Amino acid sequence: MSTVLLLLITGLGLGALYFLVASGLSLIYGLMGVLNFAHGSFLTLGAFLGWEVARRMPDGSWLTFGVSILVGAVVGATVATLTELLLIRPLYLRHIEQVLVTVGLSLATVALFEGIWGVDPIYVVGPEWLNDTTDIAGALIPNDRFVLIAAAVIVLLGLVVFLKRTRYGLIIRAGVENRAMVTALGVDVRRAFTLVFAIGGAAAGIGGVLASHYFGYVSPLIGGSLLIFAFIVTVIGGLGSLTGAAIASVVVAVLQQFANFYLGGTGDFMVVALLAVVLLVKPTGLLGSKA
Amino acid sequence: MTDRPVLAVEQLVLQIGGARIIDDVSLAVADGEMLGVIGPNGAGKTTLFNLISGVLPPTSGRVLVRGDDVSSLSIQRRARVGLGRTFQTSSLFAGLSARENVRLAAQVAIGGELSLLRAPRRADAATSAAEEKLDEVGLAHHAETVAGSLSHGDKRKLEIAMLLATDPGVILLDEPMAGVASGDVPGLVDVIRRVHKSGRTVLMVEHHMDVVLGLVDSVAVMHHGRLLAHDKPEVVMADATVQAAYLGESL
Repeated sequence: MSTVLLLLITGLGLGALYFLVASGLSLIYGLMGVLNFAHGSFLTLGAFLGWEVARRMPDGSWLTFGVSILVGAVVGATVATLTELLLIRPLYLRHIEQVLVTVGLSLATVALFEGIWGVDPIYVVGPEWLNDTTDIAGALIPNDRFVLIAAAVIVLLGLVVFLKRTRYGLIIRAGVENRAMVTALGVDVRRAFTLVFAIGGAAAGIGGVLASHYFGYVSPLIGGSLLIFAFIVTVIGGLGSLTGAAIASVVVAVLQQFANFYLGGTGDFMVVALLAVVLLVKPTGLLGSKA
Repeated sequence: MTDRPVLAVEQLVLQIGGARIIDDVSLAVADGEMLGVIGPNGAGKTTLFNLISGVLPPTSGRVLVRGDDVSSLSIQRRARVGLGRTFQTSSLFAGLSARENVRLAAQVAIGGELSLLRAPRRADAATSAAEEKLDEVGLAHHAETVAGSLSHGDKRKLEIAMLLATDPGVILLDEPMAGVASGDVPGLVDVIRRVHKSGRTVLMVEHHMDVVLGLVDSVAVMHHGRLLAHDKPEVVMADATVQAAYLGESL
């Protein structure tokens, strides 16, 4: 029982990481039709700069942890905004080229990060409490899982309120449904493009800092490895659907944890198998409206 | 010169290859007039609307709104000078609620710079405008309903509400009754009549002759891209050339 609980909560924590990456991917794809391969780089840069700031502050304090998360968010949002303005926007409506430029950016930035910070993992130090465990019904749960879950829930709620309650949110939701019609109404959707990139980048940057605490280190490849699963989550959840991404994040991560433990480390395989099944049975994903 | 037309079309021509889709059409619509555009299929009615609303550029000729030449303006710019239209195919966001659809249109009309700081207040203005327009077309009780699950008639009403939210002086309705269940037609006719009575100029392409004749002040008859007649309904229907156009060819 305690093992099941541990796997479940660890799965939720990992799912939270997936969601922080997948939420932005899903919004960007839904609105712009662009699969953003550079999203992992936003995450990695957020993680590195979060660590760079943290190591100049007192080790293990909550303030340091909070500031590094904030730095991650700001860095992620900034670099995503610049990417949209400088690389994506000039290729307006040329989706293949837009995707290719994000692929190129992801490859180039990984090389750049390796040049700056080296290829070896850099270990990060968080508040002592994060490394402790909490006993829940006999299961000793590492505390960082709770922080991850809380962060993802806050980001999810923030996004829902933003999408439901603000005029930008309405434009983005309408644009996800039918971009051409929003343009026909006289809305300059390109502003909304920049905005979803900034929001997605901020979530990825937060995810980067939290991922570095979850894994215990930062490396130039941290973003890319999470990005693969975030793509799978985005497709399973339904491209463009935030709720779908949230549900799929949890399903994928929990499945991965249980398969790794009970089925001899086949977690990654099971996730890909699930992806195949979803694509065969419901190609639009759980909550997606378009393939 | 006292009664300047709110909308005028001057010697409008659309030529595609060797075919004249719109052939030298001139038409003036008075302020507050309700004009029905009729004619056999392929007569160029919708094309004329496309030229007026800016979907298509004319080969030659001009479109004037209150005397100003809008021929070179985009659809959006024409919408800003008060020229609004609906399309034959539904142009709703099926996944958004009725209120959100109208709010989106109202936001555009209220417009201005998109500023995050001023977002809440603007959203309020757009929301109250949305309530007002939904009420005007009799959809207030469906405000929370997702647009995709409304009946065809209510969808048309919602499109009109969205159009009204942009506060157009001239409204172009392209076959508003198309696909609407016959039981919903009277309600929709009422809405269109109310929109007209509130002082707006309305142009309407419509196949249902009984609907057109009961609603409009005047009728324009299109045939083979030409304007055959533009007059009061009873005069137009008595016209021999119009009868030939309708009776001589299958609809």
